[in-house]
Amino acid sequence: MAFDLDVAKRLGNVEVALRLDAGAGITVLFGPSGVGKTSVLNMVAGLLRPDRGHVRVGGVTLFDAGTDVPIERRRAGYVFQDSRLFPHMRVAANLQYANARAAMVDAVAHLLDIAHLADRWPRTLSGGEAKRVAIGRALLSDPAFLLLDEPTASLDRARAAEVERAIIDVRDELGLPILMVTHDRAEAERLATRIVEMARG
Amino acid sequence: MLPVAFALAWFLARANVRGKIVIEAIVYLPLVVPPVVTGWMLLLAFAPKGPFGVLANVVLFKWGGAAIAAGVMALPLMVRAMRLSIEAVDRRLEGAARTLGAGRWRVFRTITLPLSMPGVLAGTVLGFARSLGEFGATITFVSNVPGQTQTLPLAIYAALQRPDGDALALRLSALSVLIALAALVASELLARRSRAAMIHGV
Repeated sequence: MAFDLDVAKRLGNVEVALRLDAGAGITVLFGPSGVGKTSVLNMVAGLLRPDRGHVRVGGVTLFDAGTDVPIERRRAGYVFQDSRLFPHMRVAANLQYANARAAMVDAVAHLLDIAHLADRWPRTLSGGEAKRVAIGRALLSDPAFLLLDEPTASLDRARAAEVERAIIDVRDELGLPILMVTHDRAEAERLATRIVEMARG
Repeated sequence: MLPVAFALAWFLARANVRGKIVIEAIVYLPLVVPPVVTGWMLLLAFAPKGPFGVLANVVLFKWGGAAIAAGVMALPLMVRAMRLSIEAVDRRLEGAARTLGAGRWRVFRTITLPLSMPGVLAGTVLGFARSLGEFGATITFVSNVPGQTQTLPLAIYAALQRPDGDALALRLSALSVLIALAALVASELLARRSRAAMIHGV
């Protein structure tokens, strides 16, 4: 199983709960806003601690009653909805933050078509460019799996198509299991190996 | 003083412990209490029978004591500016850095510290200005010993007390203006450099 999750977390007066067993490819979490899709990604990445349950990815236990692997050792390639590029570093420094080998950086930059952006500051990037740099940065952290949070939200259709192509390239060429959140039904159906619906309550 | 101020600012910005408000109040106290009172409390603390009495010989009426007085008076201003800028650092960026494999120390060095640099600079300038002008706490704590504890303001005041001291006071005042100007220009240049890097981001 690529993703074996059983998590529950109380946030205010909302109970976020999900049980999920998914194999390779792209697993899409689909559901209305506020249902806790991003919280699930945060729990897999270790940024949010579940109240109970377990998180296993690729057979490795990242969280259960007796285990809580620190964030930096979970090897999650997390692409945040708001990209979260480091504003005080140029694109090249953002990509190299995880100390990947130069040849890897070049290969990923080529795959995502971001090589020409290396000297730019994050603030000068368009939404689609920033998102692709964020995907590249996550890929260069030697991830065991990818977490994508609304990778195409807030992009126009052409830019969204660019990013979707990049995701498909990553899936086909790197073979990493991907857990992706979206609220766009059409996108879910285009990309998903399987769709998991989250509902309120 | 800088690392102490930063550590305190970090603690006040991030720590989640009971009694934080007490530490906060103590750190900020010299900002509101009359300097003479701060100086007197330092004198009591470092008196031979006080809690830090073992240091009495190296502190009382020595330049070390003047430095302590200046430091204690500068601390609240430094901590305040640094704390605000640490609080302004987007913690989600720190989380992002950790998902990329960076441990807490590396996150601090590469994300938190550089992003809070403007506040650290501002705090340092404020602290320096406060130390340069410090008068009351110093004279109460370690008196006015030429060559040991006579700071610029104390020397100017002493010169003004003498009938023939005007020329000396003028020279010393000019010197203090020069030092202050140099510090302000240097800090502005540093701030501009860090802002130039920032402005492309954030």
